[in-house]
Amino acid sequence: MKQSAWQRLDILARNITPFILSLLLVMISIIPTHLPGYTQISPLLALVAVYHWGVYRPDLMPSLAVFVLGLFQDLIGGGPMGLHAFVLLVMYGMLITQRRFFYGKSFMVIWMGFAIVATGSIVAYWVIASVYYLKLLQPYSFVFQYLFTLTIFPVVSWLLVRWQRAVIR
Amino acid sequence: MNETAPIKGIIQRFAYLFLVLAAFAVMLIGKADTVLLEKVRTSVTDAVTPVLAVLSRPASTISNLVDMGQEAVDLQKENARLREENARLLQWQSVARRLHVENTELRNINKFNAAGALNYVTARVIADAGGAFAHSLVLSAGKRQGVRKGQAVVTGDGLVGRVASVGRHSSRVLLVTDLNSRIPVVIESSRVRAILAGDNVDRPRLIHLPPGASISPGDRVVTSGHGGAFPWGLPIGAVASVSDEGITVQLFTDRERLEYVRAVEFGLDGIVTFPENNSKKESNEVKSATSG
Repeated sequence: MKQSAWQRLDILARNITPFILSLLLVMISIIPTHLPGYTQISPLLALVAVYHWGVYRPDLMPSLAVFVLGLFQDLIGGGPMGLHAFVLLVMYGMLITQRRFFYGKSFMVIWMGFAIVATGSIVAYWVIASVYYLKLLQPYSFVFQYLFTLTIFPVVSWLLVRWQRAVIR
Repeated sequence: MNETAPIKGIIQRFAYLFLVLAAFAVMLIGKADTVLLEKVRTSVTDAVTPVLAVLSRPASTISNLVDMGQEAVDLQKENARLREENARLLQWQSVARRLHVENTELRNINKFNAAGALNYVTARVIADAGGAFAHSLVLSAGKRQGVRKGQAVVTGDGLVGRVASVGRHSSRVLLVTDLNSRIPVVIESSRVRAILAGDNVDRPRLIHLPPGASISPGDRVVTSGHGGAFPWGLPIGAVASVSDEGITVQLFTDRERLEYVRAVEFGLDGIVTFPENNSKKESNEVKSATSG
């Protein structure tokens, strides 16, 4: 009896790691790297994390976790409040309805899927932020952030898959 | 999935819709009432400050290595440049000495009251929220260390921004490049006044110029002191380009290189209104403490 309680606690601790890792990724995305030009193209790591877990293990990234993650990014990032929470949730919702498509597909297909989802998200970011500020924002940073996020996706996704195999099982 | 537990599926769908609406509501609240969300933001930033402070250490180690490599490559060129600069600066030094003496004498005559810095807090930059959404920094010092809302944040090169919100041991800096930043400035040589407006891109723009003002690339832009938020003459940048699309300014401070900055108290309350009633009293106390 006691052992089973420990086992449950163990599983809970393992299953909560995707969320903790995603929070960490959000914090990493705003760490000053002091690399020239980096702040203009800093990748949207929360987008990568939500997509990854939404495709592979949506049970470990429920919509409440997505909401909290987005809000956390809004709070420490300093942009319009609720923007990330909203866009991530909408992206996540569309992803979940299309989840069967990704079932057992190769990594290239998953990456392509991310490219499509990220395109939608970045356009949503641009439109909503422009409406929020009542001013048409310059699209350059959005485009560069999108491209860099796309490039870095395989690296982050690979690390998360490693983690998934080693810790969550 | 829904066949086995239809009720659970419905609940999940409702929860999802509820959360989407909640996110939207947060946006509306943020647009209407910034004070409440600003408080939440400040306390959350405060809470994650220790984590950010640790995470940003390895990042600065890596950047140091990159810098070292770059410096080794540029050493010879740099040396030549420094020698030339040194010669030039020595000339300026003599000019400055003479002016300093003159200045002291004039001040004695006029009993001129310099609006200088009263005190300052040096802080480490622990987060740089960049990208397209907002341009802000998080500093590793807050109320406890003496940072106050509205203080000018500077480096040796010039103005970085101003303190937008203060937590207990962290504070957020609104960079001059942020969309919400508006700073009264003056062109140093021609004394033309303008407003420096951020645009969420690297180079802010000069707006509200008087008609017929002539501005050319290279002109230095400094704070004008109007509005009373900043003192007169803090260097900001130089005009980078003049075109039909507007006048852009290249900043003297390099945002990617910011590691330590200073939040400077000038004792100016200006037009920045403080929600807390005691902040004015506090800044007066600072004044008397330093003068006494």
